[in-house]
Amino acid sequence: MAPEDIRQSPLKLTLRRLLHHRLFLLGLGLVSIVAIAALLAPWIAPVDPNKLAMRFKFRPPDGDFVFGTDNFGRSLWSRVIWGARLSMFIGSAVVLINAVCGTAIGAAAGYFRRLDNILMRFNDALMAFPAVLLAIGVTAVLGPSVNDVIIALGIVYTPRTARIVRSSVIVLREMEYVQAAVAAGAGHWRILRRHILPNAMAPLIVQLSFLFAYAVLTEATLSFLGVGAVPPTPTWGNIMAEGRQYMIDAPWIIAIPGIALMITVLGLNLLGDGLRDVLDPRLRIQS
Amino acid sequence: MIGIVVRRLGGALPIMLIVSLLTFGMIHLIPGDPAIAIAGLSATPEQIANIRHDLGLDQPILGQLWRWYANLAIGDLGRSLLLGQPVVHVMLQRLPVTLALSAYALILTLLVGLISGIAAALRQNTWVDQAAMVFAMLGISLPNFYLGLLMIILFAVDLRWLPTGGYIAFTTDPLGWLATSTMPAISQALLLAGLLARITRSTMLEVLRQDYIRTARAKGLPNRRVVLKHALANALIPITTVVGIIVSLLISGSVVTETLFSIPGVGQVLTQAVLNRDYPMVQGGLLVTTALLVLVNILVDVCYALLDPRVRYDGA
Repeated sequence: MAPEDIRQSPLKLTLRRLLHHRLFLLGLGLVSIVAIAALLAPWIAPVDPNKLAMRFKFRPPDGDFVFGTDNFGRSLWSRVIWGARLSMFIGSAVVLINAVCGTAIGAAAGYFRRLDNILMRFNDALMAFPAVLLAIGVTAVLGPSVNDVIIALGIVYTPRTARIVRSSVIVLREMEYVQAAVAAGAGHWRILRRHILPNAMAPLIVQLSFLFAYAVLTEATLSFLGVGAVPPTPTWGNIMAEGRQYMIDAPWIIAIPGIALMITVLGLNLLGDGLRDVLDPRLRIQS
Repeated sequence: MIGIVVRRLGGALPIMLIVSLLTFGMIHLIPGDPAIAIAGLSATPEQIANIRHDLGLDQPILGQLWRWYANLAIGDLGRSLLLGQPVVHVMLQRLPVTLALSAYALILTLLVGLISGIAAALRQNTWVDQAAMVFAMLGISLPNFYLGLLMIILFAVDLRWLPTGGYIAFTTDPLGWLATSTMPAISQALLLAGLLARITRSTMLEVLRQDYIRTARAKGLPNRRVVLKHALANALIPITTVVGIIVSLLISGSVVTETLFSIPGVGQVLTQAVLNRDYPMVQGGLLVTTALLVLVNILVDVCYALLDPRVRYDGA
C-alpha cells in the first residue's frame, strides 16, 4: 500500500482506485449514456413510442427518422429511448428487490444457525431451476406485464444474492469484534446492522452490479419470447420480436435495439468487473 | 467414490422434494380461479368444471398433493392441454432434441472457451490476451437471440450456407442434423465460451503463479510439459464445476434458441405451453428439466472428486 493510501479514508481510496480503473470508467460511461437517455426520454423522444403512422412505415434511418421506423411507422428512436427507460426501471427494481430480500434472507440464514438449513434448502431448490425457465414459469402464473416480470426476476435472482450474503455473514459472525459485541450484550439486530452487514457490502455490491445486467438481459429475452411485457409496450425485446419477421427488408428494426441492449449489458458488466477488482479482488477467480 | 455419489444423491433429495412442491404450487398461485384462467373468459361453466375435474382442482388441497406425488411415483406428469398427449411422452420426444443440441453447443463452448482462456493466460498482457478478453466480454454481453438473428441474416439469407430454421434428427440424416444445428449451437456456444474463457484465464494465471510451477520450470522441464501436465491438469479442477453452470445455461438458453430456429425441443414446447396457458405441460417440463440439471450437477461433483484426490479423501 502506498503511503498516501494509508492517509485516505476507505471511501476515498475506493473512489480513487475506481477512477483509475479504465474499464470501469468505460462501463460507467456506457451505462451513463443509457441512463441519461432513459431519464431524458420525455424531452429527447417526445413522440409517443406507440403512435402509429402507416405512411412512414419501414423508413430506414435518415434525417427525419434517426433510427428509422417499424412496420407501423412508429419512430424507432422513441421506442428505443423509451425502451431504455423500461430496461433501466426493471433492472433497478430487480436490484432493489434483491438488495432487500436477498440481504434479509442471506443475513438470517448466515447469522441464525437454526434458520440456515431450512432457508438454504429452499434457496437451493429455487436455484436448481434453470433461470430463464423459472422466469417464464413465474410469468405463466402471474401473467405478462412489467410488474410481473419484475416479480419473476426478483424470485429468480434473490436466492443467488441470498447465498452470497450468507457466505459473508457466516465468516463475519465468527470475527473477534462480533464476539466482543455479543459479550458486551449487543442485540442481534444491532450486531447485524452495525457490525456484520456493513462489512458484507463489498461482495453484495459486486453481485448487484452483475445482477442488473442479467435482469436487463433476461427481461429482453422474456419480451422477445412473448412472455414479458405485453406488446406494444416498447421494450427492446418486444421491438426485436416484432421486427423479426421483417429482418430481411428492414434489418434496422432488430439491429438498433439489439445494439442498445448490448451496449447496456456490456457497460454493466464492465462496471461490475471494475467494482469487483477494487472492492473484492478475491472474487475475481470465482466469477 | 460410491460414498460421494450416495451423499450427493442424498443431498439432492430434499432439493427435489421442494422443487416438486413448488411446481405443484404453481397452479395454485394463479390469481383467481386457475380453471377459468386456463379455459379463457369465453368458456362455458361445463368446460370450466371439466378442466377443474381433469386437473383435480375440485379436490381438497391435501388430496391434490397426494395425487400429485402418487402420479409422480408412477411417472405420470398429467396431460398436455395443448397437445392432448401425456406430458412424459412429450418430454421424451423433445428431450433428445434439446440434449443433442446442448451437447453440440457444449463441445463448441469447451473448445473455444478453453483454448482462448489458456492462450490468454499464457500470453498475459499481449494482444492475444486482450483479443481473447474482448471476445469474452462481448460474448457475455451479447444476447443469444440477437446473435442468432444476426447469424440468420448473414449465413441463411445472404450467404445461403445454412437453413434459416427447422430440425433434422441425427439418426435420420447426420449431415442434415449438422446443417440445422450448427447456427443454434454456435449462437449459444459463443456466449458461454466467453464466460468459460474468462474463468479459464483467471484460473490458469492463479495456477501458473504457484510454487510447484516455479519448481517445475527450475527443474528444466520443457514449457509444454509444465503447461499441460502441471498447470492445465490443476486448473481443470475448478473449471469442471463451471461445466455444471454452463449446462444449466444451455438448457435455459434452449428456450430462446429453439423458438428462434423453430427446433422442436423442450424449450420450444415450454414457451408454447406458457403462451397457451398449458399449465400441466409447464409444471411437468419445469420439473423434468430441473431434475435433469440436478443430476448433471451430481455428475459434475463426481467428476470433481475423480480429478481432485483431496475431495475424494474428504468425502470418503
